[in-house]
Amino acid sequence: MTVVQRLKHSYQKNWYAYAMIAPVAVVLGVLVLYPLVYGFYLTLTDADSLNTARTIGVNHIDATYRFIGLDNYKDILFGPTAYDRFWSHFIWTIVWTALCVALHYSIGLGLALLLNQKLRGRTFYRLMLIVPWAVPTFVTVFGWRIMLADGGVINSFLDFLHLPAPGWLEDTFWQRFAAIMVNTWCGVPFMMVSLLGGLQSIDATLYEAAEMDGATAWQRFRYVTLPGLRSVSSTVVLLGIIWTFNQFAVIFLLFGKNSAPDAQILVTWAYFLGFGQQPREFAESASYGMLLLAILVVFTSFYRRWLNRNEQQLAI
Amino acid sequence: MSTTTAPNSAPVAETSAAAPPRKARGRGQRGPVLTLASHGLLVLASVIALFPVAWLVFLSLGPDKDDYLHPGKIWGKMSLDNYSFVIQHTNFFDWLKSSMIVSLGTTVIGVMIAATTGYAVSRMRFAGYRKFMWILLITQMFPVAVLMVPMYQILSELRLVDSYLGLILIYCSTAVPYCAWLLKGYFDTIPFEIDEAGRVDGLTPLGTFTRLILPLARPGLAVAGFYSFITAFGEVAFATTFMLDDSKYTLAVGLQSFISEHDAQRNLMAATAVLIAIPVSAFFYLVQKNLVTGLTAGGTKG
Repeated sequence: MTVVQRLKHSYQKNWYAYAMIAPVAVVLGVLVLYPLVYGFYLTLTDADSLNTARTIGVNHIDATYRFIGLDNYKDILFGPTAYDRFWSHFIWTIVWTALCVALHYSIGLGLALLLNQKLRGRTFYRLMLIVPWAVPTFVTVFGWRIMLADGGVINSFLDFLHLPAPGWLEDTFWQRFAAIMVNTWCGVPFMMVSLLGGLQSIDATLYEAAEMDGATAWQRFRYVTLPGLRSVSSTVVLLGIIWTFNQFAVIFLLFGKNSAPDAQILVTWAYFLGFGQQPREFAESASYGMLLLAILVVFTSFYRRWLNRNEQQLAI
Repeated sequence: MSTTTAPNSAPVAETSAAAPPRKARGRGQRGPVLTLASHGLLVLASVIALFPVAWLVFLSLGPDKDDYLHPGKIWGKMSLDNYSFVIQHTNFFDWLKSSMIVSLGTTVIGVMIAATTGYAVSRMRFAGYRKFMWILLITQMFPVAVLMVPMYQILSELRLVDSYLGLILIYCSTAVPYCAWLLKGYFDTIPFEIDEAGRVDGLTPLGTFTRLILPLARPGLAVAGFYSFITAFGEVAFATTFMLDDSKYTLAVGLQSFISEHDAQRNLMAATAVLIAIPVSAFFYLVQKNLVTGLTAGGTKG
């Protein structure tokens, strides 16, 4: 450790550090901070596609939107139909995130445990199981869409078993069910592979010691495996929550542009408001974006604090 | 992270003579029932994982757009007609070109810009370090809805809507902080003694970085580059909104264009999907070992 400390100390007051982070700082300033501030300003106006600056042919039309303060936020959160427009999507987003991440993690862990045994054909299984990760999501979602369509293979199969064939892409409940199913299918391989890496890095002598002490299989899992996975788990669960909360492609591509309003999570709903309808409600869409960001920042801060309290570091 | 330390499975000689006979199996050994159950579950999971993709491949061989309703009939009339139609009569190669330009552009810019920063945050503790790391973390989790509206307005002003450069700039807003995080994790695994040696020999920090660390960090750079590439390649929301001319669509947008409100050419879509999936997944399988190591390096150090 002394080398590390000496090195850090020698660099501590060095302007090199700032020179080296300058490129990223500049890029983030121009590409993230400026749009963010501008976007926040737009949420304080009534901008839509009819009153923002635009060019039609050779005519340039100047922006005519007005400053309206926090009215957009007030309307979204407490306006007359706020439940249908915001809160119902909010609740569904929370349910969606919680269910998807729970399924990703538990199925991923189960498969990782299976793959972590000495088993014939283990490499083959591993290669098969990461297919959903290897093929781009925008491709596989279309595969699911064809399979789930009316008269598609899934309903034919259910018919064959004399089970009721739900309207996967029509009824709200089944739309949500299908969305969770497809997203689970897409997300499990990442969890599985990360957790498998974690399992393999657990010291084998710990299991030996546990077994010497007469620990049962369950006790070994509970007191050796799970604690050994804690660091990987806290990282992949956070990543999983963020990715699922922000998941755009699965829902957008599964239901197409103008169907399934009730199965839209906040991200896709904000997109619909800003770009999927006419006139495009830019200010409202941007306000949803700001609210989403606020939710994520608050959540991540608490998650981090909670990890720190348990003396864990977040390793991404 | 070591990938070879699977639980030691060599049968251990039973030392305790008092152990009941049914415990005579060594550690890591299971009974035939458990083995069979493991195989059964893994086969089931593999089938579920593979089926949607295999189904797409199968449907892509059926020449009619409604063949997905009667898959049984495809066996009798399998052909590669869909593929030749997609290659000859659609903009497939334009889309491929757009996807490559945008993804490679993002990768190169992202990795180049992020590399020095990843090194700086790995080795140096400067005032504002924690805040900077926090910003890097927060920026990669921006939901698409946050930046889409302002970006659309700004790029319209700059006449960059419907241009490759505009899309590359947008993707860089996530790729750059992400690469910086990823590279920090990799630089952390390179021994600090190497920097020390460089410094003793009179190299400046920048010299240490370019002459000693960068050559060692090639695998890390490759992983960061690959992630940027995959993310940009598969991005849907911005590409769908900002690319208007159908010869500039990326593949993710072009694939959607087969299903419109009026017509659904599912057979052509399936063929295009397969054409996209084959090279991408082949590439993925080539690099996947490094990928996982790179992404969870920080997490598995324990």
